[in-house]
Amino acid sequence: MSAATTPTTAITYREAMREAIREALVRDERVFLMGEDVGRYGGCYAVSLGLLEEFGPERIRDTPLSESAFVGAGIGAALGGMRPIVEIMTVNFSMLALDQIVNNAAALLYMSGGQFNVPLVIRMTTGAGRQVAAQHSHSLEAWYAHVPGLRVLSPATIDDARRMLWPSVCDPDPVIIFEHGQLYNARGELTEDPVTDITSAAIRRRGEDVTIVAFGGTLGPALEASEQLAAQGIEAEVIDLRSLRPLDSETFLASVGRTHRAVVVDEGWRTGSVSAEVAARITEEAFYDLDAPVTRVCSAEVPMPYAKHLEEAALPQPDKVVAAVRQLGG
Amino acid sequence: MGDFTMPSLGADMEEGTVNQWLVKPGDEVHRGDIVAVVETEKSTIEIEVFENGVVDELVVEEGETVPVGTVIARLTSETTAATVHSPVLRHLAEQLHVDLSSVTGSGVGGTVTRADVERAGAARVEGAPPGTRPVPQRRGQRHRKAAERATGRTRSSPYARRLASQLGIDVAAVQGSGPGGSVVEADVRRAAAEPAGTGGPMAASVEAAGEVAASSQVGDKQAAMRQAVGALMARSKREIPHYYLSTTIDVAAAVTWLERANLERPVTSRLVLPALLVKATARAVAKVPEMNGFFVDDEFRPSAAVHVGVAISLRSGGVIAPAIHDVDTLALDDLMRALRDLVVRARSGVLRSSEMSDPTITVTNLGELGVESVFGVIYPPQVALVGFGQVGDRVVARDGMVGVRPCLTATLSADHRASDGHRGGRFLAEIDRLLQEPETL
Amino acid sequence: MSDEHGLHLLRQMLRIRRFEERCVELYSRSAIRGFLHLAIGEEACAVGVTEALAPDDAVVATYREHGHALARGISMREIMAELEGKLEGSSKGRGGSMHIFDAVARFYGGNAIVGGGIPLAVGLALADHLQGRRRITACFFGDGAVAEGEFHESMNLAALWHLPVLFCCENNLYAMGTALERAQSETDLSLKAASYRVPSWNVDGMDVVAVEEAARRAGEVVRDGGGPHFLELRTYRFRAHSMYDPDRYRDKAEIERWKERDPIPALTADLGAAGILAEGDLDRLEKEVEAEVDDAVAFADAGTDEDVSDLERYVMSEPRPGAT
Repeated sequence: MSAATTPTTAITYREAMREAIREALVRDERVFLMGEDVGRYGGCYAVSLGLLEEFGPERIRDTPLSESAFVGAGIGAALGGMRPIVEIMTVNFSMLALDQIVNNAAALLYMSGGQFNVPLVIRMTTGAGRQVAAQHSHSLEAWYAHVPGLRVLSPATIDDARRMLWPSVCDPDPVIIFEHGQLYNARGELTEDPVTDITSAAIRRRGEDVTIVAFGGTLGPALEASEQLAAQGIEAEVIDLRSLRPLDSETFLASVGRTHRAVVVDEGWRTGSVSAEVAARITEEAFYDLDAPVTRVCSAEVPMPYAKHLEEAALPQPDKVVAAVRQLGG
Repeated sequence: MGDFTMPSLGADMEEGTVNQWLVKPGDEVHRGDIVAVVETEKSTIEIEVFENGVVDELVVEEGETVPVGTVIARLTSETTAATVHSPVLRHLAEQLHVDLSSVTGSGVGGTVTRADVERAGAARVEGAPPGTRPVPQRRGQRHRKAAERATGRTRSSPYARRLASQLGIDVAAVQGSGPGGSVVEADVRRAAAEPAGTGGPMAASVEAAGEVAASSQVGDKQAAMRQAVGALMARSKREIPHYYLSTTIDVAAAVTWLERANLERPVTSRLVLPALLVKATARAVAKVPEMNGFFVDDEFRPSAAVHVGVAISLRSGGVIAPAIHDVDTLALDDLMRALRDLVVRARSGVLRSSEMSDPTITVTNLGELGVESVFGVIYPPQVALVGFGQVGDRVVARDGMVGVRPCLTATLSADHRASDGHRGGRFLAEIDRLLQEPETL
Repeated sequence: MSDEHGLHLLRQMLRIRRFEERCVELYSRSAIRGFLHLAIGEEACAVGVTEALAPDDAVVATYREHGHALARGISMREIMAELEGKLEGSSKGRGGSMHIFDAVARFYGGNAIVGGGIPLAVGLALADHLQGRRRITACFFGDGAVAEGEFHESMNLAALWHLPVLFCCENNLYAMGTALERAQSETDLSLKAASYRVPSWNVDGMDVVAVEEAARRAGEVVRDGGGPHFLELRTYRFRAHSMYDPDRYRDKAEIERWKERDPIPALTADLGAAGILAEGDLDRLEKEVEAEVDDAVAFADAGTDEDVSDLERYVMSEPRPGAT
């Protein structure tokens, strides 16, 4: 289908995302990329490296440090017929644009009685794990997933990094894509399957004993935990949510229907988190399938510390997932 | 000795009213006993003494309000020695229905120890009618009992309740093994599988043995396991007419093939001979299906699937034989992985119930221990057990030549109700034949 | 100015004035609820700027936007129905007074976060720039918005990228209840725009002709690629900030002084003096406007309530044939 399916060599998550942006720029002339240091610098995380040279400064637009203005301008440009991809350097800075995202992007279609949709894509880096302390380590996916009118995606694999952008660009409504900073260097091969939707969860590992629900940066730890568990005779089914809004309940509810146990792994703080939503839905809709209380493994409720050992202690780690599963018994 | 004063129950409590005395002069009191009900501006509170003694005098009468710190009673120390027992002891005594005051202490200064209480409890049981013997409880049960006291109901998972209702099981009668002693799916399924009266599949007791081994406390485990294995084997010997066959198999081809096959494999996934033996046994079943299945309700029921039980000795003592499923169709590398995994899990006590309940034939391999041949006891309701002994160089005559070849002794214990020696012989011969063509396994 | 155009300006301002006066009445009898912000006294700003726009230009307005919407040609019926929360309203009853939108008029609200509409205008202009279209975007906001970061970020971005935005600051001297001099260290707002190298003019916002002329001149430069321009329209609202406002923060005498400069009598007098408005013309105009308002109210009153089962419609786009 697309040029993307041909390479057989392994690529990084970063390269996959860059290829996805390039594909969008090539396929639709209305697409342009805008954000802080996306052009000359090549992107804070080097995702857009080389795109300025290829597509020119009109389509790869460096912006001043004005999150609210350039995100709002992205919304306006979308209203004006463009298909902007706005990069916010990290989720931490997205709070400076929260007004535009929540009050405008998410609400315009509804406020206008269906007249003005906002075909905008906002990409941002999320997550901790790099010792960058409290102001650069947030996982605020839940805030955005809270807001009706948005789509919130969390690509956790090379395939999804490569393939979730184009359907997002084609979507008539605002889509926020969270890219976990720890994933950019992850390397893997693209599968041949070109079909990628932006609404469903995926089963990344089959198992019959317990369901582990994860997304974004926690998929890795969840899979690692599942291997450790397998060595102990517990076969975990690992669900990658992929889309946090809408949340594909069916996939994890069906899994819980088979395994009767669920552990939700979330790098966000426990209180009011995505994991809280998942746990609530399981208790609401799969209560009589549960053989144990739904358990969660989240980040410690502290501003993220700098020291390596403290940060590690604050984050969901595979051993914590293993312990949570073991504690469920069975 | 001591004065008992109006306690301060909070920084803002200045005075209290003695609503009710729960003791009278002459009563013996112990540290922690509730002796009075006191009313404050905030609430009514039961108050306790902090020393042992005998109530000498109630200084303050009921209804009287006095400031904090006022003496409200006097105690003397005229109390019998060694009657101070820790909460743990009291709890234990209560569990074992032992009257602590009647126990003679053997500890320092004549204090009553745990052992004294247990001894007293045991003595009490000997005279008790059968069935009332207080058995040591598993931890989960204790938790559950505590939860029941607190909530007045059995804790059980929603799924366990749904399942119990489907299977017609009374969840309140099921022992819980889940978090906090709650009844979970596995408990209900076990309850459902338990023989109701007579004639149930004995696999359940194997499973029970496995469960005991998997989760009980160390102290009770070995005995329980020994007991379960013993009961099972006794029943097997009692009910199954065993017959035994033995043959020597030349494993040179197998050993050579293994060496070559392992050249390409990393250390962690190398194949070992037992995997070939298990595989050959599973494949041989195709030729002699009478070895694979269950003898239940007075008839042999062959099994289409081949789930090979692998006897694994536990470090804590005892043996269990959980199944590897569909061994006949499993690739060797997968079988190897399954075998390793099973041993690790069996020894760490995390087996699945399906593994415990459905082996269709069992293999035991005592070769590592230097045993030459093993004539095993069949696990009911299975009908055959294959034993493999140590591989050793033996002098073998073949085609008129004498040579030294690695050999082992394979044995078969089989149920005469399902097969006879002729079929058994064919079975062993088939295993031998398969081991000569290891590349086909 | 042609006779016809003069009468048109007067009619437009009268439509807004009478419409909003009727809104007060409807609010008092609970037909309109929520926040209701009236622009009575500020009509010249909305009418003057809008007159200078081409049909395919875009307008981004504030929550005090009935006037801009009416001047832009959105049907009074739909606006009134929206205020009454009816399905026939411009936003199908989902927006109300503060959120009037119209795709045909390219009217992008109706933005009730102070300053929040300004980046949208920059983006709309960016889209035009990228698509090589000769369109401009008129962005209305008040003096209160000038204190917001979004104003400054947007002003910088528009100037940096040379985008076709006509910034129209309706300076009515109060950010809700806070007087300009109590909120701004520099009360000459055009200087703020100038600091971003955006050409800026102060305009008498009580004079519709002056506003139109300034908007037309600035708009043409913007349309011709001259980059964003800034108009400070000095105006005043005669009524309180909203229906809940006891208006304790300003002097009654101040209000009366500004009322002497009411843009409607001023234009009426000018037109009369110029012989454009003949004897009886004003009465006829008033009657026509009253009839339109009556009709709009009747339309709104007769409107239907949106089916509650459609509560969640328009949260996300519905599949449309041919949409990509």
